[in-house]
Amino acid sequence: MKKSEAFPGESRLWTVSISPHVKSAESVEKIMWTVVGCLIPPLLLSVFIFGFQVLIITAVSVGSCVLTEAVSQKCLRRPVTVRDGSAVITGLLLAYVIPPGVPYWMPVLGAVVAIFVTKHLMGGIGFNIFNPALIGRAFLVATYPVAMTSAWLQPIRDASIFTYMGQGVDAVSTATPLYVLKHYGVAALIEKYGALNSIYGNFFIGWRPGCIGETSVLLLLLGGFYLMHKGYITWHIPASVFASVAFFTWVFGGEGFFTGNPLLAVLSGGVPLGAIYMATDYTTSPNAKKGQMIFGAGVGALTVLIRLKGGYPEGVAYAILLMNALTPALDGWFRPTRFAPQKGAVK
Amino acid sequence: MTFLKGGVHPGDSKELTRHLPIETPPLPETVDILLLQHFGAPCKPLVDKKAKVNEGDLIGEVSAGLGANIHASVTGTVKSIDISSHPVSVSCPSVIIQTDKEAEPKKYERSEWKNLPAEELRKRVKHAGIVGLGGAGFPTHIKLSPPPEAKVDTLVINGVECEPYLTTDHRLMIEHPDEIIEGARIILAILGIKKCHIGIEANKMDAVEVMRKAAAEKGGSDVEIVVDALKVKYPQGSEKQLIESVTGRRVPGFALPFDVGVVVQNTATTKAIYDAVVFNKPLYEKVITVSGKGIRRPANLRVRIGTRLRDIVDYLGGTKPELAKIVFGGPMTGFSVSTLDIPVTKTTSGVLFLTEDEIDTRPHSHCIRCGWCVEACPMGLQPNEIGIYVEAGRAKDTAPFGLFECFECGCCAYVCPAKRPLVQFIRLAKMKARK
Repeated sequence: MKKSEAFPGESRLWTVSISPHVKSAESVEKIMWTVVGCLIPPLLLSVFIFGFQVLIITAVSVGSCVLTEAVSQKCLRRPVTVRDGSAVITGLLLAYVIPPGVPYWMPVLGAVVAIFVTKHLMGGIGFNIFNPALIGRAFLVATYPVAMTSAWLQPIRDASIFTYMGQGVDAVSTATPLYVLKHYGVAALIEKYGALNSIYGNFFIGWRPGCIGETSVLLLLLGGFYLMHKGYITWHIPASVFASVAFFTWVFGGEGFFTGNPLLAVLSGGVPLGAIYMATDYTTSPNAKKGQMIFGAGVGALTVLIRLKGGYPEGVAYAILLMNALTPALDGWFRPTRFAPQKGAVK
Repeated sequence: MTFLKGGVHPGDSKELTRHLPIETPPLPETVDILLLQHFGAPCKPLVDKKAKVNEGDLIGEVSAGLGANIHASVTGTVKSIDISSHPVSVSCPSVIIQTDKEAEPKKYERSEWKNLPAEELRKRVKHAGIVGLGGAGFPTHIKLSPPPEAKVDTLVINGVECEPYLTTDHRLMIEHPDEIIEGARIILAILGIKKCHIGIEANKMDAVEVMRKAAAEKGGSDVEIVVDALKVKYPQGSEKQLIESVTGRRVPGFALPFDVGVVVQNTATTKAIYDAVVFNKPLYEKVITVSGKGIRRPANLRVRIGTRLRDIVDYLGGTKPELAKIVFGGPMTGFSVSTLDIPVTKTTSGVLFLTEDEIDTRPHSHCIRCGWCVEACPMGLQPNEIGIYVEAGRAKDTAPFGLFECFECGCCAYVCPAKRPLVQFIRLAKMKARK
C-alpha cells in the first residue's frame, strides 16, 4: 500500500489486492443469523405450550455453546468468532433435540461436547465431520439414558386441545408419540392422541409433546421455505429425507409390506427438524446435488431402520451422523460436471 | 439466450457513464508507451533518446515470439527509454515521449479495401499493431490466421461488456455502429466466411437497436450479420460462454474457439481493424471508461496510449477523499494499483476509482463448504477445494480440481460468503503447480 498521491499531504491508504474487487452482500454471519431467526418461531410456540422452562433450557444451551466456543478458540489460539452465529445455531439445535425437563447442567455438558470436541478439536467451522448438536445429543443419550428419554414437560395450558396429551399412559414419562408407536402400536397411539386425522393436524401445527424441535412441523417448514427463498438451502436434501422416510416406512413400517403410514412417519419425531436444519448443514453434507439426494435418501433409510429395528424410538439423529461420515466420500464420487470435456479426451 | 453453467449477478453500476458520449481530453505533456501491451514478448524499441517521432510512427517491434507493433501515440521527441510501472507485470520497458503540442494532428485518408486479397487485409491489421482490446491483448493478425483444418465458419463480435462499470464498447456501438459493421465485414473477408453474430448484453438495448439497424443497412447481402441480445449474467462476455450462448457450441477445456469453428473479436478491436484497413491508421488511442464513486467526474474518454492515470485524474477534476481502491479494468478481473503513474495501454478498458462502500474489505474466514463457488463457476471447477489445499500447503495437488481450466473470472470469490480470496489462491496454486 502506498500513500495517496491524489491529494498531496493526505495520508489515506488505498487498498491493493487481487480481483474480484466487488463481492456479494452475503456473508457467513448473514446466513447463520437468518437460520437463527427461522428457528425462533418453533421456540415461541413451545414456550406457549410448555411454559418458560423451555426458554431457560434453550438459553442455557445457547449460552454454554457460545461460551464454550469463545473459551475453546482462546485456548487453541484462534480468532474468536462467536459473532458469526454458528455457535448460537448449535445451541438452539441442541436444546431442540433434548427433553426440555432435563437438569440445567445437562445441556451445558452437551454444549461442551458439541462445540469443543466435535467442532473446534476437529479444526473449527468448516472442518467438523459430524453435526455438533447431534453429537452433543448422542453423547447425552448414551451417558444419561433415563433423563434423556423421560424428562418431558407437562403442557401448561388447560385448553381442551391439549388434554389429549394427558390421557392414557403416564403423561410425563412416556409423552412422545414415537415411543407409544414403537412400544404399544398404532392402536395405543390413537387411543392416547385421538383419531389419525386429528393427529396429523395436531402434529403439523404443533400441539404435541416432545422436544422443542419436534413440535411444529408447520413452523419448521415455513422457516425452511424462507431459507430456500434466500438461496441458503435447496430442496434436494429435505425433499430426499422426507421422501425416503415416507417410502421406507410405507414399505416396511406396517403389519405386512407396503402397509406402513408414511404421513405419520414424516410428521413425527425429529424428521422435519432433521431434514430441514440438520441434514442441510453445509459442512457436514455433500455439495453436489446428486450427492445431496443420496445423502438425504440414506438419512431416511437409516432413520426408518433404527425406528423399526433399533432400540430407540427415533433414529434421525444417528441416521444423520452416519451419513455425515459418508459425506467426504460422496463429495469425491459426485463432482461438478466440467463445462466441456477436455480437448483430446476420449468420449 | 445465455450460457447454462454457473455465473453470478453483480449489480452493473453502469448508470454512472452509460449515457456519456466519448470525449477526447487534450494531449498530455508526456506519454509513457509501454513496450509490452500484448500477450507475448516485449517489443524492442526502434528509436533512441532525443529522436523526433510523428504520431503513428512505428517505435517498437517484436523480434521473437508472439507480439504486435507499437506506435507513437503523439508527435514529439523521445524523452527517454525507461522502465515504467505496468498494471499487471509490475514493471516494463517503455518509451517516454515529450508531446509537441503545436504539431498538426495527423490526417488519414479513406482507401478502398473490398478488392484487396485477404492476405493484404491481414497485413494491414498486423502493421497497425492491433491486439485484442477486450483485455487479453492477443495479437489480432495471429487470431485471424486460424489453422485451415479448424474449418472456421462463424465470426462472433463481442459487444457484451459484462464487467460492471465499463461502458466503452457500449458507447462505441452507439456512436460508431457503421464502422463496426464494416469492420465485421473486413474480418469476414479475411477469414473467408459469411456468417457473423454480434452478441450484446440486454442491459444495452439501445446499442442492440442501433447495431441491428446498422447491420440491416450496411451489412451487405453477401454475408449474414445477426445481432443477438443476451441475458445479463456475468461472465457472458467471456469467450467460451459467449460462444455457447450465441452458437450453442462449447469450447472444450484447453482448446481454443477455432476448435469449434469460431473466431471471436471484441467490438473495439473490430473498430480498430476498420481504422487500420480503411484508413491505414495504426492503433495508438483507446476508449476507456473512468468510473466509480471515487472520481469527481466519471467519463468515457478517447485517450492516447501512454497517457498516465495522473493526467486523466487531473482532467476529470481529481479524486474524492472517499477513494479506497484504484482498479485497471473491471471490478471482477481488474488489477488494483498503488500509484497514479501507470499509463494507459492497448489492453486498458477502464480505470475505476472505488470507494469503501463499493469494495468489500471484510476479512476472510475458513471455508464453510457451502459449495456456492462450485455452483457459480462457469467452468464446473472446485474453487473451494483449491483454496483449502493451498491453505494447507498442498497447492501442487490441486490440478484435479480443474486448476488449469480456470480463467479467473472471479465468480467464485464474488459469491463466497466467507469472503475467501479464491482467485488469489488459484493464482498461487497455478504458480506452485507449474514449478
